[in-house]
Amino acid sequence: MKQPQTSRRSFLALAALTPFAAMTATACGTSGPGTSSAGGGASMWYLSGEPNQTTMQKAVDAFTSANPDNKIEVTYFQNDAYKTKIKTAIGAGQAPTIIYGWGGGTLKTYAEAGQVDDLTGWFDENQDLKEKFFPASFGAATVDGKIYALPNQYVAPIVLFYNKELFDKAGVQPPKTWDDVMSLVKTFNDMGVAPFSLGGQSRWTSMMWLEYLLDRIGGPEVFNAIFEGKPNSWLDPAVIETGTKIQELVSAEGFIKGFSSIAADSNADQALLFTGKAAMMLHGSWTYGAMKKGGQNFVQDGKLGFVQFPTVAGGKGDPKNGVGNPAQYMSISSKATDAEKETAKKFFKEGILTETVVDTYINSGSVPIVNGIEDKLNTSPDKDFLNFVYDLAKNAPSFQQSWDQALSPTAAEALLNNIDQLFLKSITPQQFAENMNGTLGK
Amino acid sequence: MSNAVSTARTAAAPATTGGGHNGQRNSALAWLTLPALFFFLVFAVVPLAGVLILSFTSWDGIGAIGAAGMGNWFSVLADPGLYNALGLTFLIMIASWLVQTPISLLLGVFTAGSQRYRAALAVLYFLPLLLSSAAVAIAFKALLDPNFGLATGLGLPFLAQDWLGVPHLALGLVIFVIAWQFVPFHTLIYQGGVRQIPKSLYEAAEIDGAGTIKQFFHITLPQLKYTIITSSTLMVVGSLTYFDLIFVLTGGGPGNSTRILALDMYLRGFRANLMGPASVIAVILVLIGLALALFLQRLGGKDKQGSQLEGM
Repeated sequence: MKQPQTSRRSFLALAALTPFAAMTATACGTSGPGTSSAGGGASMWYLSGEPNQTTMQKAVDAFTSANPDNKIEVTYFQNDAYKTKIKTAIGAGQAPTIIYGWGGGTLKTYAEAGQVDDLTGWFDENQDLKEKFFPASFGAATVDGKIYALPNQYVAPIVLFYNKELFDKAGVQPPKTWDDVMSLVKTFNDMGVAPFSLGGQSRWTSMMWLEYLLDRIGGPEVFNAIFEGKPNSWLDPAVIETGTKIQELVSAEGFIKGFSSIAADSNADQALLFTGKAAMMLHGSWTYGAMKKGGQNFVQDGKLGFVQFPTVAGGKGDPKNGVGNPAQYMSISSKATDAEKETAKKFFKEGILTETVVDTYINSGSVPIVNGIEDKLNTSPDKDFLNFVYDLAKNAPSFQQSWDQALSPTAAEALLNNIDQLFLKSITPQQFAENMNGTLGK
Repeated sequence: MSNAVSTARTAAAPATTGGGHNGQRNSALAWLTLPALFFFLVFAVVPLAGVLILSFTSWDGIGAIGAAGMGNWFSVLADPGLYNALGLTFLIMIASWLVQTPISLLLGVFTAGSQRYRAALAVLYFLPLLLSSAAVAIAFKALLDPNFGLATGLGLPFLAQDWLGVPHLALGLVIFVIAWQFVPFHTLIYQGGVRQIPKSLYEAAEIDGAGTIKQFFHITLPQLKYTIITSSTLMVVGSLTYFDLIFVLTGGGPGNSTRILALDMYLRGFRANLMGPASVIAVILVLIGLALALFLQRLGGKDKQGSQLEGM
């Protein structure tokens, strides 16, 4: 069969014209989902999951009904997905007006790229707002002496939770030292209960173990040197010892079977603790509220115990030291319009951590980062836990921000990847230290 | 470009049967390629050029873009992570082909029959294709959860493996889930292919005394030559872009045991903020994809216009 041929000339004409058509088509794609509606409205992205989502929605609703001209539209995302999405949106110039985050290294990247507004001057004008918060909460919001974010929500140290019922049954006490940990691992394995629950697929969950162990073994100086990018700081013997201890715990079957396929986003790690499949769990204090809400009266019946991370024999770190999130943070996108920025600032001043919001946080088992809440904490039904968290945060000689937030995103991703391999024992502690040492200054 | 040209050819084909003003009709019909050409340029050529340029820059995805020369290429090519990802990609590609081709070929032949129960079964086989990869991944993840999954629910201890937590099990599972999702699609292709085979071939074979198995190997299989090539091309080139399913199911873990090239590219670019090295991997992916597609087309023989029905 003879194939008809398209003439070469008409084909070339097409090829020449197409780019122009392409230009007109791409030109109309400037406004995206991140940019907010017209008027004085601002957009905000926030984390889904309870009790945070309801608390924030109530705060926004209260603010919007008091200020009908200043609408705030909130979109909710899952934690792990949000961390990627917000970076991409900011890079594409499609960020929401209010950028939620954890401060530290990620905020530094935004600030250096001129993507978030410097709020130092605004805080100077609003001294009473600045003095409302725990002074320590501003550390991770500050880059080169300038404040780029509003601290909010609550202080969230990492806590060692345990199931009191299982401990009573086994007739044992919560661990005070690392040796206790190792002997409890044996006790619970013999009972047919997993010693520790862990959502290892999320990786930052495994990281919490390293954060505490390194602090207990080598003191806060070791990570401070890493944070400052000092040469060979990852090769510190304390890092190797931390890795060795982790692998000993993994080898002793300290973590629940299948921990590396459990994701923290689904709260399966918490479910393992409150259903009695695991005896202990190292996790952020925010899980208390989640377990209270979803844990089938586990918390209400007083079955949830909590202690500070145990000490390590011969370690340099103060047993009172804490790690975790000093606060959560909100920045204002530099790409937002002036009207959007005004709305956001008004919301920062009047809408966040109002009396009602503070009460809601306390009722859900969190310690908001607001000064002068001791009385409220003491009258709460969760006062034991709240005071424990409050004292931990207040009395800690060093409160280390979570590593993956403190470091740059590049170093943090390498860290999480290497931690995953360390827990799988596919690399040695020495290799871990060397791999991480290669990321210094990146 | 070949896309656009072949569109033009098929579009122009009916014109010949109409007879008459061939030249004029063709140049007018050529304008019909405009939409295809337009989309191809905007969504394939322009981003491709962008990625190539980005591979020579250093960019964190947020700040300013700076020139990096060959730096990204040297660092990525020296990174053992790349070869791990490459190896896994080819392993999944070959395993997927080996698992999916026989199953979909046999299912395709089976569902091509005209019996009513076969049509009903074909609808069932087709179902997984209607589900999005993310939904499939989430469902399998929940079913295979070592503590709360199907094994515990049904009391089947042999199913209670740590499917997604042990490197080689996770890899095998990924291959299985990919097959579960894509076999229906290839079954459909083979079903169509089998139905195109003239009945008279089978009738002649029957008269000559050939049984079902002989008919399959001597008529069905040779007649499906181009269908097999098409299906294999889609499988092999498609396996380079498996991403969503693995991303949701394992996230590349445990460790790096399911971190295939496409996922490696994503994690480098969007998690570690290294757009330059991620672009290098994207370029490598494009090159591999092109090479594979060309190779598979060659397998079909040079004389592509040749008919399978010569002498019929």
